[in-house]
Amino acid sequence: MEMLKIKNLNVNYGAIHAVRDVSISIDRGEIVTLIGANGAGKSSVIRAIMGLVKARAEEMIFTSPRDDKPVSILGKPAETHVKLGISLSPEGRRILPQLTVEENLNLGAYIRDDEKGIAEDMEYVYSLFPRLKERRRQKGSTLSGGEQQMLAVGRALMSRPDLLMLDEPSLGLAPILVDEVFGIIREINAQGRTILLVEQNAFAALKVAHKAYVLEVGSVGLSGTGAELLNNPKVRAAYLGG
Amino acid sequence: MELNIFVQHFINALSLGSLYGLVAVGYTMVYGILRLINFAHGDIFMLGAYFVYFATIVYKLPWAVGVVLAIIGTTICGLLVDRIAYKPLREAPRISALISAIGVSFFIENFAVVVFTGMPRPVVQPPILMKPIEFSNGVRLIPLGILVPVVAFLLVGALLWLLYRTKPGLAMRAISFDIETTRMMGVSVNKIIALAFGLGSALAAVAGIMWALRYPRVEPFMGMTPGIKAFIAAVFGGIGSVPGAMIGGLLLGFVEIMSVAFFPTLSGYKDAFAFLLLILILLFRPTGLLGEKLEDKI
Repeated sequence: MEMLKIKNLNVNYGAIHAVRDVSISIDRGEIVTLIGANGAGKSSVIRAIMGLVKARAEEMIFTSPRDDKPVSILGKPAETHVKLGISLSPEGRRILPQLTVEENLNLGAYIRDDEKGIAEDMEYVYSLFPRLKERRRQKGSTLSGGEQQMLAVGRALMSRPDLLMLDEPSLGLAPILVDEVFGIIREINAQGRTILLVEQNAFAALKVAHKAYVLEVGSVGLSGTGAELLNNPKVRAAYLGG
Repeated sequence: MELNIFVQHFINALSLGSLYGLVAVGYTMVYGILRLINFAHGDIFMLGAYFVYFATIVYKLPWAVGVVLAIIGTTICGLLVDRIAYKPLREAPRISALISAIGVSFFIENFAVVVFTGMPRPVVQPPILMKPIEFSNGVRLIPLGILVPVVAFLLVGALLWLLYRTKPGLAMRAISFDIETTRMMGVSVNKIIALAFGLGSALAAVAGIMWALRYPRVEPFMGMTPGIKAFIAAVFGGIGSVPGAMIGGLLLGFVEIMSVAFFPTLSGYKDAFAFLLLILILLFRPTGLLGEKLEDKI
């Protein structure tokens, strides 16, 4: 069952054509990854899906498993997406530095009113990232880079999204933390959440992905299952260091 | 100085300072969210005073009703200012909104001259607020002098509760750091900004009403000097910080009243003290007492 269908997405920043006719399809329960070099347009695609940048497309249809109703999300403002069931852990984490860990998580659950469910999900996030629980009363600015990344992912989970989008979750993390983050991505997916993952760390991303798209200067160069691309000589040469 | 005189000055300073604080809170909330100095805020304060004057003195409504109507009317005006003069400029450079704010301020003042006339009008104080209470040690206080700080502290307390214990408050604090991220969490940013303007205007209305009772008169330019001084108070306390604005207001009230109390010959310079204070803060501690170091928004 298709959850997100994008046909011929285009994003322009002034004269720069950052995303060119990109078509992507995400099925329910999948981990889909967009990989590619710096500046290939990966973040622009995810920001366009979230409604954070102006985009043109033939189609951008999201079908939530909650009601199976296809909705066009093209041109909708960012604040409507989370209500539909899409959430984003943005590039650079974007933790609110003066709010506590707990307040950051509560902000992620802003659209929800079911206090009990919110409390359950907070416990769930704390079980994924026990370090956040220890620091729940600390301000976001006092966290390490890795902890901020966990908080960004946890915050995106707090809305109970159907589609969780993660923009560069491993950026700037120590190798041991990268493994931990990807382990958690798998775990979140195993619990039934669909994930769109944008990554520079192509090797790690391809290992967890069911389906992958390789972006090259704004358009999709290759696509296939994670395993196929891992073994593709072109991908190996360009992104996996031979 | 005798104790009873000092106590009177003290209460006087507390009451003037808490009025500055109430107005300063409105400046600081809007600045915290939009990085905009809402120059029209002092004029919103003036509208609050006029509305209560018309409701109670011209239309003879009971004070309680008049106060409520004045607060509602002023809040609506504050929301309109945001909607008409600032909202269309959200994506524009900050200087555009600032110029718009100065324009709105001139507009409201001169509109008030046309509609209300430029003549100062006397406010009849309710006798119950003016009947002095005498204490055995010779201290005489009027109830109004005590009512003003009590109301101000209660309101700022309620505002802090809203900011730190409710969801809209959480959203308001979040917006002041990162609008885009907050929007992504499903917060309708414009509603929260309107809430900040509405709350700031309601507090300014209460301050304007109490100001009109204290100096019993209203006139179209009565918001200018208190407005600028409240702005100084907000900078003093650390602009963006609500407790800072209240503390800044109180300190400014004390500087003004006590400088005149201890050096009566300098009473003509009392406004100069306020501005001197502003210059000193900007020179030596530009972030104010409780201000966080301002990072440019990401």
